[in-house]
Amino acid sequence: MKKKIALISSSVLVLLLIAMAIFAPWLAPNDPYATNMALKLQGFSTDYPLGTDYLGRCVLSRLLYGARVSLFIALSVLVVTLFISMFVGLLAGYVGGIVDLVLMRICDIFLAIPDFVFALVIVGALGGGIRNMFIAIVLVSWVGFARIIRNMVRSLKESTYVQYARTIGVPKRKIMIRHIVPFVFPQILLLKLIGLGSTILLISELSFLGLGVSAPMAEWGMMISDSKTYLMSHPMLMFLPGIMISFTVLILNWFGDALREAMDPKAI
Amino acid sequence: MGRFLAKRLGSMLLAFFGMTIIAFGLIRVIPVDPVEAYFTMNQIPISEEGLASMREEEGYNRPLLVQYSTWLVDAMTLDFGESFVSKKSVTAELLQRFHVTLTLAATAFIMIVTVSLTVGIWSATKRGGFIDWLSRSFIFTLASMPSFWLAFVFVYIVALKWGLLPLMGWGSFAHVILPAGTLALGFIPYYIRLIRSSMLEEVNKPHVVFARARGVKESVIIRRHVVKGILPQLVTSLAMTCGGLLGGAAIIEIVFTISGVGRFVVESMFARDYFVLQGFIVMIGGLYIVFNFVADLLCALVDPRVRIKGDGA
Repeated sequence: MKKKIALISSSVLVLLLIAMAIFAPWLAPNDPYATNMALKLQGFSTDYPLGTDYLGRCVLSRLLYGARVSLFIALSVLVVTLFISMFVGLLAGYVGGIVDLVLMRICDIFLAIPDFVFALVIVGALGGGIRNMFIAIVLVSWVGFARIIRNMVRSLKESTYVQYARTIGVPKRKIMIRHIVPFVFPQILLLKLIGLGSTILLISELSFLGLGVSAPMAEWGMMISDSKTYLMSHPMLMFLPGIMISFTVLILNWFGDALREAMDPKAI
Repeated sequence: MGRFLAKRLGSMLLAFFGMTIIAFGLIRVIPVDPVEAYFTMNQIPISEEGLASMREEEGYNRPLLVQYSTWLVDAMTLDFGESFVSKKSVTAELLQRFHVTLTLAATAFIMIVTVSLTVGIWSATKRGGFIDWLSRSFIFTLASMPSFWLAFVFVYIVALKWGLLPLMGWGSFAHVILPAGTLALGFIPYYIRLIRSSMLEEVNKPHVVFARARGVKESVIIRRHVVKGILPQLVTSLAMTCGGLLGGAAIIEIVFTISGVGRFVVESMFARDYFVLQGFIVMIGGLYIVFNFVADLLCALVDPRVRIKGDGA
């Protein structure tokens, strides 16, 4: 019962978060990109509920729009890496032999560089911008999962029902699609959902360094970076985006944990 | 043990060469021509002849494999070429800043180990109690906060409002506390969770239950059996964290304006100083691989099961 309550309430929060991102244009009181130098660095007011930044842009509107960027990138990374890891993991695990050896050594290489350094250097080499940040995050996130899938597939291959299917002559491809994928997929999806929070953190870190989204776009990490100079006089400009990131990650982590407990605590 | 060692050594070397291929390849996949970048950087007017002669000189028109092997031989002797910006050797530039990052990472590492072990063990032994609940909720919240943001919050509260610690810069031990602490905070939640959950698993193992049945004191059980049981996993994770700390220090160095390797690399990135990036990957990647190798050895020494099973894949 306790598990159910956790799952339901965290799902509601996740839905609220998504709704906030989708309906940002209707929820935002002002245009997040409209600058107004006469009204820069204002405090809380009825027109600008959370004040304005150093260019006179509405902070609340920018915070709401920021949810779009982070969630959109994080979800696209999830979908794309899900496919890449599934493909590599299934291939290595089921075909085995030399294919397995080569693919796993490639994974070793990707694992030989710390995630953050790797992402940093890829974005650095390709240049900033959403697309390149996306590529970098995908490149660092697929490896670990591919290996987990590969190990799962290898143990599944030895299970009685797969062996039986093989004995009665079911073709390889059909065994994969009918017997292996349906078992592996939900567990990997679960792991990916649990990892959503850390993807959002990585996005904000890269954007903070100025390697993520480009200038006028509203993104939380970049808002923190923009407010550096005003830390002394206007600390709220720095506190608010960080609180948004923390809440988003907190909700996603909570949702992931609740989901894991509800599904099967021992499966993974 | 010999077989285990050979296998590990082999995969370590393989990973190292793969990593150098990535470091080398990176410069070839970038949308900017390194020779052109060099010209723009030094404000030399770009002419076709100039570019061509430079390419000839630097060997950019030779086959890729030849280029790679020359580069690798140089890299093995720690020669990554000169920085576009400062005209000094990349290795010298990196090494000059390395001790700063190392101090930061080492302090953070000590903080991680002491705090996580204390809180983790405490939390696990008092499972279900108030302390356990408090530490778990705290850890859960902490894990959701971006470390660079926490750094600013600390700067604001501890340095600006209370004036307890120096705001920024480098020099004395007081300068290290805040940045190293923030760096450590990014990893501590993970470790407390790891220690707590693996200890709870360990507590129910037969040898521990037997020790308790024999009437061995609880503190001795924890020390001799439970903590020893979680060591291999802990050591493996800590080795990865070592590399992560050295690389992840970049953001913290930027927030606190400390001139360490990470900040230098991020600055070089904006200046499109690619040789610095290459040198950095090889250096951090190399250290990372060595750390993992040492961790594997330590695990094999502590736990005979690792030696026998060997591959682990």
